Amino acid sequence: MSREQNGAAGAPAVPRTRGRPDPVSDILIELRDIEKRFVGVRALDQVSLAIRRGQIHCLAGENGSGKSTIIKIMSGVYGPDAGQILVDGVPVARLDPIAAIRHGIEVIYQDFSLFGNLTVAENLALGHELREKRRLVDWRAVRTLARRAIDRLGVEIDLAADLETLPTSGKQLVAIARALMSDPRLLIMDEPTTALTRREVETLFRVVREIQRQGIAVLFVSHKMREMLEISEWLTVIRNGRKVAEGETGRFDEASITRHMTGQDLSGEPYRWRPAADGKPPRLDVRGLVLPGDTGGTDFKLEAGEIVGLAGLLGSGRTELALALFGMVPGHGGQVLIDGVPVRLSTVQEAIARGIAYVPEDRLTEGLFLAQSIERNILVAAYDRVTRGLMLDRARARALAAETVAAMQIATPSLDKPVGQLSGGNAQRVVIGRWLMTDAKVLILNGPTVGVDVGSKAEIHRKLRELAQTRGLAVLMISDDLPELAQNCNRILLMHRGRLVGEVAGGEASEASVSDMLRRLS
Amino acid sequence: MSLRIFHRSEAVIAAVLLLAMILIGLVNPAFWQLDNLFGLIRSNVVIGIMALGVLMVLISGGIDVSFPAFAVAAMYLTIRAMLALGYDGVVLPFVMATLIGAALGAVNAAFVHYVRVIPLIVTLGTGAMVRGFLLGMVGASQINIDRMPKPLIAFARSELVGIGNGDGTHYGLTAMVVLYGALALAVHLVLRYTLVGRSIYALGGDAEAARRVGFDLRRTTFFVYGAAGALAGFAGLLHSSMIWLANPRDFAGLELDVIAAVVLGGASIFGGRGSVLGTLLGVFMLVMVNNSLIIMKIDTTWQRVVVGAIVIVATAMTAWRDRKRRI
Repeated sequence: MSREQNGAAGAPAVPRTRGRPDPVSDILIELRDIEKRFVGVRALDQVSLAIRRGQIHCLAGENGSGKSTIIKIMSGVYGPDAGQILVDGVPVARLDPIAAIRHGIEVIYQDFSLFGNLTVAENLALGHELREKRRLVDWRAVRTLARRAIDRLGVEIDLAADLETLPTSGKQLVAIARALMSDPRLLIMDEPTTALTRREVETLFRVVREIQRQGIAVLFVSHKMREMLEISEWLTVIRNGRKVAEGETGRFDEASITRHMTGQDLSGEPYRWRPAADGKPPRLDVRGLVLPGDTGGTDFKLEAGEIVGLAGLLGSGRTELALALFGMVPGHGGQVLIDGVPVRLSTVQEAIARGIAYVPEDRLTEGLFLAQSIERNILVAAYDRVTRGLMLDRARARALAAETVAAMQIATPSLDKPVGQLSGGNAQRVVIGRWLMTDAKVLILNGPTVGVDVGSKAEIHRKLRELAQTRGLAVLMISDDLPELAQNCNRILLMHRGRLVGEVAGGEASEASVSDMLRRLS
Repeated sequence: MSLRIFHRSEAVIAAVLLLAMILIGLVNPAFWQLDNLFGLIRSNVVIGIMALGVLMVLISGGIDVSFPAFAVAAMYLTIRAMLALGYDGVVLPFVMATLIGAALGAVNAAFVHYVRVIPLIVTLGTGAMVRGFLLGMVGASQINIDRMPKPLIAFARSELVGIGNGDGTHYGLTAMVVLYGALALAVHLVLRYTLVGRSIYALGGDAEAARRVGFDLRRTTFFVYGAAGALAGFAGLLHSSMIWLANPRDFAGLELDVIAAVVLGGASIFGGRGSVLGTLLGVFMLVMVNNSLIIMKIDTTWQRVVVGAIVIVATAMTAWRDRKRRI
């Protein structure tokens, strides 16, 4: 197991890598006993970290654990309050962003900082042209430069395409290629796999290994355990601003990383559901649902208290199915019954009135009003329940919102805080909490924990189980995260090309069989 | 892919323009007569030069509705100064009008960059103030042909081609179109081949990313609004020289026509997209539609309806295009 490090002990740790010799010159950058405070809050407490040349190093931690602060100190955005930064074994007095780049440290932020309206080639070349202090653009040189940068990754991207026509994974490759153009020695990648499909993650990893082969170190910042274990050689875990564990990646497993990241053991109980013997009709009964432009129907049932997974590759029609049930695909055929009563679901209003709730894939753009308060975001689907005559009953609205915040355990000092300032996990609880107020009977979640850290993820899962059991909700969970489905669903439906093609029972064993089936389908 | 050319907005605009010309020609064969075409081109010059400035502002993600006021101020101040001093040249007055426009544009840039007021509000305000100051402090009286500086009129009357009719009347292609063409080429070269030009696209694409990659956005903002003001100032004096009249109340409502023309030419109202070629086509289309409405004896009030509709339809089409690209 990993070596526990007591943050207060303060002895700088010099990690060892896989039996290689251990000369000091092997270390590219080292943080020693770094402290950083923000208005009295201690963000980093005596953190020490060393990255070797050409090492793939993973920095793991939950949201708010101090990961971003470490990135910003390494890239010179913040100066530490105490501690030392050594580059090539030499203490650096002041590391500002320009000095960091000169030392060969490049960061790829989550938003990539690219220009959608410019071509791939120009996106790649702009920084270089600016550094050369050019006044005129030599388009031939731009193309040559861009071609070289892309070739270095060993991938194929159309240089003449406008960047915004590329998928997220393509944009990320462009961002990586651009960062490599200044010949860095350390590439820091902040949550690089968040928006990628499994296949895109594999491409990314191939590129990361290629970068490593060129002698460049990569600091991979993530909270996805599986990916850290797969890609990295060395792992550092931080929690609440302290380093809590480090070591060769091979010495960790998912459970131990989770324990270090959260400081607790998270329950590994799969979800069990027993049919009630009351003979009630199923909560949701879908018969021969046909989407426009599709042939063949979809049939399935959800009983009260069930949590059913819906797995399938991207483009399998999962999202379309969910949207049709939420009244967003007018013109679908077939029959839908809720509690045994046939319903029409041709508008969102009808779907909500019949008790269907939907948590969209991209909560930031589709699910939340980021600049608005928590209260308003929670009440937005239920304002008709807090009216008195023509007016809003403000006191009642506030009481209901407060109730939901408590029920969903949303961590916030105030109901008036804009949702945009909440962490991913808390924001997702707001979206789910919203539907508790509409007497939802069927809750459809599309990627319920994308971009949510492990601790919050477990909380959300626990909450969903509780809702299913106590309120008799039927939950349909769409996810790319197979372990998540296996863990939380009593059965998993498989979708391919708009059809349900299989069903497996939940539990640990199902993960392998689902991934097998998916692989065969692709 | 043979149809790839139609992925470029310019090709689509050119096709629509050609179709519209054929239709108008069918309704009214006089459209194709040389004197009508020369007249059309002449009407392109002033609006077109202003449109070049607005194009840069739109690409940068901003908007400018103050330029007609700046054009009037530059024109009227310059001519009043010429009259007061008895100055008889051509080059210096145009330099002065251009500089007045640039200086006023810099005021817009300062508010946009330092105070971070949204460009629509800034330029609404500065435009109104400049018009007010001009009428209140400089004067509201029109300068007619009898007092207009003769060299300006003579300059603006120069023609590339002159054709006399048998009956003693005369028509020709104004030489001002050369100025328009030269300015258009200059703006095209700046946008395409200089880093300042590329920084305008970058700013309009993503301001934060532009800052991170290392562009000096202050310089870009001042360049964009300054150039828009300068082009407007230049166009203002040119306009007055071409119509032999300096009216301090001129250009009212012109911002709509010019913005309509630029958007019609494929520039995105959200920034980041637009080209000089498209703008030239857009200006030509707008002027042609206005001109045809006049030929068809449709009341001028209805022309405003048409221009307004053009803005909405063209903006909707570019918005639709941009949405499609993003998917």
